[in-house]
Amino acid sequence: MIIQVENPVVEVHDLTVSYDRKPVLWGIDLTLPAGSLVGVIGPNGAGKSTLIKAMMDLLPAGSGYVRIFDKPIAEVRNRISYVPQRESVDWDFPASVFDVVLMGSYGKLGLFKRPRQADKDAAMEALQKVGMQGFANRQISQLSGGQQQRVFLARALAQNADIYFMDEPFAGVDIATETAIIELLRTMREQGKTVIVVHHDLQSATEYFDWVVLLNMRLVASGPAEQVLTQHLLEQTYGGKLTVLTKVGELLRKQEFPARES
Amino acid sequence: MNEFIEFFSFADANIRFVTVGSVLLATSSAVVGCFTLLRKRALVGDAVAHAVLPGVCLAFMLSGTKNPFILLLGAFVTGWLSLITIDFITSRSRIKEDTAIALVLSVFFGIGILLLTAIQHSGNAAQSGLDKFLFGKAASLVGEDLIAFSMVAVLLLVTTILFYKELAMLCFDKAYAKTIGYPVRGLELLLTTLTVFAVVVGIQAVGVVLMAAMLITPAAAARFWTDKLSLMLVLAALIGAFSGVSGAYVSYTAPAMPTGPWIVLIVSMIAILSFAFAPGKGWVSRLLRQRRNKTLILEENLLKLLYHLGEEKQDFQTSYSLQQILEKRAIPKKQVSAGLSKLRKQGYIEKTPAGWQLTLQGQRRGERVVRLHRLWELYLTQYLQLASDHVHEDAETIEHIITPELEQRLMEELGYPVLDPHSARIP
Ligand SMILES: Nc1ncnc2c1ncn2[C@@H]1O[C@H](COP(=O)(O)OP(=O)(O)OP(=O)(O)O)[C@@H](O)[C@H]1O
Ligand SMILES: [Mg+2]
Repeated sequence: MIIQVENPVVEVHDLTVSYDRKPVLWGIDLTLPAGSLVGVIGPNGAGKSTLIKAMMDLLPAGSGYVRIFDKPIAEVRNRISYVPQRESVDWDFPASVFDVVLMGSYGKLGLFKRPRQADKDAAMEALQKVGMQGFANRQISQLSGGQQQRVFLARALAQNADIYFMDEPFAGVDIATETAIIELLRTMREQGKTVIVVHHDLQSATEYFDWVVLLNMRLVASGPAEQVLTQHLLEQTYGGKLTVLTKVGELLRKQEFPARES
Repeated sequence: MNEFIEFFSFADANIRFVTVGSVLLATSSAVVGCFTLLRKRALVGDAVAHAVLPGVCLAFMLSGTKNPFILLLGAFVTGWLSLITIDFITSRSRIKEDTAIALVLSVFFGIGILLLTAIQHSGNAAQSGLDKFLFGKAASLVGEDLIAFSMVAVLLLVTTILFYKELAMLCFDKAYAKTIGYPVRGLELLLTTLTVFAVVVGIQAVGVVLMAAMLITPAAAARFWTDKLSLMLVLAALIGAFSGVSGAYVSYTAPAMPTGPWIVLIVSMIAILSFAFAPGKGWVSRLLRQRRNKTLILEENLLKLLYHLGEEKQDFQTSYSLQQILEKRAIPKKQVSAGLSKLRKQGYIEKTPAGWQLTLQGQRRGERVVRLHRLWELYLTQYLQLASDHVHEDAETIEHIITPELEQRLMEELGYPVLDPHSARIP
């Protein structure tokens, strides 16, 4: 069940993404409604992170395209924010919590310019929103996993974007923090922002999201949460690996075959 | 000693030039090296350093002169070529980056040595001094060379400072940098170019063989002292500058000596000292901390022990002999004696003809340890639902680290309790 919307904020058209010639996402076709909380759900290795990265043009698309606010992503970078998986950086980097959150203002500042007082205020405000104001001067290597996650979230908030891509913001955070974060995301939705969240817990998915994307190497479903989170569709998503698809992918890599003919 | 005064009076213009030159070279490579290190490209720096040798030799063979600009150009070209080759090998084959680096390093350096040998045997009179590129010679930094190399060094410093925020972002979180619209490929190219340039100018002082140390070691040493990137750059620059001066000095006092090994020896010493003595992270401060903890535990255990004895007797004004103390608890005798005399110096116990006795302050402190021990036991049984016979071991350590604020919190949460899980009174 793949439901398309009018005037989408995100439009993904026939997207195929490969690593080293091996496709891990096949022909994804989806549209997302504005001002919604979107959950991207699927088993490990389903390609959730890959989809997010491809949408943000961090990975080259083998075929197809992504448009955001009906424009190519390069034109709308300053309206987009990314919360990467927290394992993606080295937390031993010599920086304080505040330094990292301040990076949220770098996009708007442009090259060469140093952050101004107003940017510092915005960073502090963002830290407050995630309840980390007391940690501003803490060296980032001295944070727990959940705190690292919140620092990344604060950095994205400081960016003040219109659409947010978050890769597992709930990984390794406790229930209290998760509730606080989801409250925050809801406030953002009220302000008309769109938040796309990679999520693992099926239980809470119905409660958290308006729109759900089910993924397992291909798009299984995309639509309003209550219509998508059904026994039948979930079984399709989680019902074992698509062995044939994986094998064909392997073959493409070994034979150095292009995934698309042209 | 005379030489020392002569050198550091900087009266001789030549000495001034050589010193300024070495300092500039060393600081610029140290500052650039910080980013190379943080970007985890330290090994690449080493490969580039070795790969500039064939460039220098080729430039000399083709031009027949030792014009520094031409030699620099040659060095730059092969330095870059080595990088491209590494990238090409890693992206087009299954060979991993470290292997590709090793391959490129040895092949380029091998060719360099081959060319150098060929030049030396060619009988070309102009070639004398080319071998300084192997191990460096700070003293040869005069005239045209000095101007050329210093210009590049200053340019490097300025560029790094100009791009400080961008380079930091690139090193910390490349993907995020890209999503906010930073020209990530351009910045990577910039950092690579800076690295190559830093190597190319640095070899004059240090030589190709040891150049990587000049690039990476000051940064690694500086990292021990600070968690702030800006401070790390400044410290690395200072370490670089210091080693530059020492290199110039060595080159001046012992002209036959190559400067590279000396400079590298000095930065390495600084790095080792940093590793040992840096506050917080160095091993000496870790060792001291561990020792302090050990003494603290021993002292508090002794006070606790005397307090327990007093509790049993319901009288804290009794003295106990060393034998009695040893019977109560199995601590090596030597440690007990040392601990007791230390406690006496601090005024927590007194020596009486009959043995050892708590002072009022000692009694208070012993009481506090016992209180914390029992509070913690109670906390574990109430909040973690541990069996009361499982909590003693835990409390043995925790009693020494609970702060007064935590103690207050514990008291509040437990409702100012009177008895511990073993029904002993909480003092
Ligand atoms: N850099 C890479 N190189 C090669 N293959 C990769 C790379 N990154 C991911 N893959 C493969 O692509 C597939 C999808 O990975 P992806 O990280 O998108 O999964 P995911 O859904 O985010 O999983 P998880 O829930 O574990 O985060 C996996 O089979 C993985 O092995
Ligand atoms: Mg993932």
